[in-house]
Amino acid sequence: MNALDYGVLICLLAGIALYGIWQTRERRSLAGYLKGVGQTHWLTIGLSVMATQASAITFLSTPGQGYESGLGFVQNYFGAPFALIVVSAAFLPLYRKLGVYTAYEYLGRRFDSKTRLLGAGLFLLQRGLGAGITIYAPAIVLSTVLGWRLDLTIVCSGLLVIAYTVSGGSDAVNLTQKYQIGVIFAGMIAAFFVLLARLPDGLGFGGALALAGRFHKLEAVDFSLDVNRRYTLWTGLLGGFFLALSYFGTDQSQVQRYLSGSSLRESRLGLMFNAVFKIPMQFFILLMGVLLFVFYQFERPPVFFNQVAWSRQTAAPGGERLKAIEAGFGSAHDEEAGRLREWLDARRAGDRTAEAAALDQAQSAQKRSEEARSGARTALRAADPKTAAGDADYVFIAFILGFLPHGLIGLLIAAFFAAAFSSKAAELNALGSTTTVDIYRHIVRRGDGDAHYVAASRVFTALWGAVAIAFALFANLTENLIQAVNIVGSLFYGGVLGIFLVAFFLRWIGGTAVFWAAIAAQLLVIVLYRALDISYLWYNLIGCAACVFLSVMIEGVLALGGKTGSPPPQ
Amino acid sequence: METPRSEDRETGLPALRSWKAVYAAVTVVFLVWLGLLAALTRLNS
Repeated sequence: MNALDYGVLICLLAGIALYGIWQTRERRSLAGYLKGVGQTHWLTIGLSVMATQASAITFLSTPGQGYESGLGFVQNYFGAPFALIVVSAAFLPLYRKLGVYTAYEYLGRRFDSKTRLLGAGLFLLQRGLGAGITIYAPAIVLSTVLGWRLDLTIVCSGLLVIAYTVSGGSDAVNLTQKYQIGVIFAGMIAAFFVLLARLPDGLGFGGALALAGRFHKLEAVDFSLDVNRRYTLWTGLLGGFFLALSYFGTDQSQVQRYLSGSSLRESRLGLMFNAVFKIPMQFFILLMGVLLFVFYQFERPPVFFNQVAWSRQTAAPGGERLKAIEAGFGSAHDEEAGRLREWLDARRAGDRTAEAAALDQAQSAQKRSEEARSGARTALRAADPKTAAGDADYVFIAFILGFLPHGLIGLLIAAFFAAAFSSKAAELNALGSTTTVDIYRHIVRRGDGDAHYVAASRVFTALWGAVAIAFALFANLTENLIQAVNIVGSLFYGGVLGIFLVAFFLRWIGGTAVFWAAIAAQLLVIVLYRALDISYLWYNLIGCAACVFLSVMIEGVLALGGKTGSPPPQ
Repeated sequence: METPRSEDRETGLPALRSWKAVYAAVTVVFLVWLGLLAALTRLNS
């Protein structure tokens, strides 16, 4: 990065943050601070909901997923449109009708105080962990490749988000997210076109897709019924539906975004915007990873994309073995690139026989280079067990730093930070709101004025920001980052969703039954996660089904014993 | 408690006047995407 890149980065990030603080400096009422002033347009809500879900991890890691495994990860989002329809039709009208600040406040009105606290507590636990990952994930990747100190990157980026979120509340989050997602889209589209321009002459977009298809990178839909496969049509539709329903319907970081709409109509349109554009957006990011794969078949990539870790180990005692693996990888890759150029020439000449022969030889060489890459990961891990075995998170950033012109590098780094800030701000906003409304105002101090609760909300938001920074400073993640976030979410979301589904659709069940059912379902999910090796998406369905089923059973037992649950809903 | 407003029942979209129509359109868009992705998979497997 040079001075131009740093200029672009600082201007964009600081400019958006300061604009958010300035525009929302007059928020004084609790409603204005937690839900905004109620003027939010549907497009702002739609972009805000999208920005909250799409964190920096989405834009850093997903191209790496596309590079490694192709388009299959897009199936993860197949349940989202249907979940958003259910939220729009069933959840949202109730939230707005009751005028609640948080989703858990609704549980208090429908059931009782302990169920409200359970819902809020599970949210605070899993979202508190998630907030740490949200800030850690981009910081570890960006600090590694840019040579920045990890602790300073975490603290500085964390403090900037805390500043505008504490200052302006929900409106500041919505407002900044609108501009942040503009930066993200501009950066991603620019990178896409640079990548297309960097493909070999004569290959083109169609040729790149044809080549990717031969290397099995375009297998977007898997109809397999094997439950051990992580991404299939069925895990996406069923597991993805429950994950998305729980996330969009019950996670306060999302509920708070669409409750800021000026009317039910604006909120619904914002959700439908996401129902239509979520899958295309994820497809586009994965496609970028697939095109990166094609690009690196002609251009020799590093044997391990986290070059800092690789260089450190090759310079250490025993590094000769790694250098030998790297040399083997280089020769296999050079052979593959040569064969692919022959394939390209044959393709231009229309010689089908030569085309097929060159492609077969290229595939054999690619297999050898992949084996060398796999060997490099194993050897690196053996040399230093602390090193993350995967390098997928470094694929896109390596391309950006190596092949984008200055100025655009700054824009892309700003895009990653903007994505991190937008989801982080929404999380902090939600954590602060839930702590204030569901814990502090509900239990600790009732009946005080708006000014007091706004001040309390600011304090709690800042405290959660400090917790997230502390978690990020001590975190050490080994899995692909986006998967780590989804796994944490899937373990908690099912049970919470079960509580809400009982609240909405099984109106004869009371608070005591659903409370104990949710605790039992949560324990069951944790036990199964440790015992089974199935796709994590299934835990959304298992947790939800267990909570609903156990609620019915416990309510039945209570009725037999003459103890009825909570009074029927209003 | 907020009271439902009459304009909330309308979508404000020219071709999709009711929310049921909006939800049906979203489902159709999803099915089109699924069909395209399935075709892409089939053509390249």
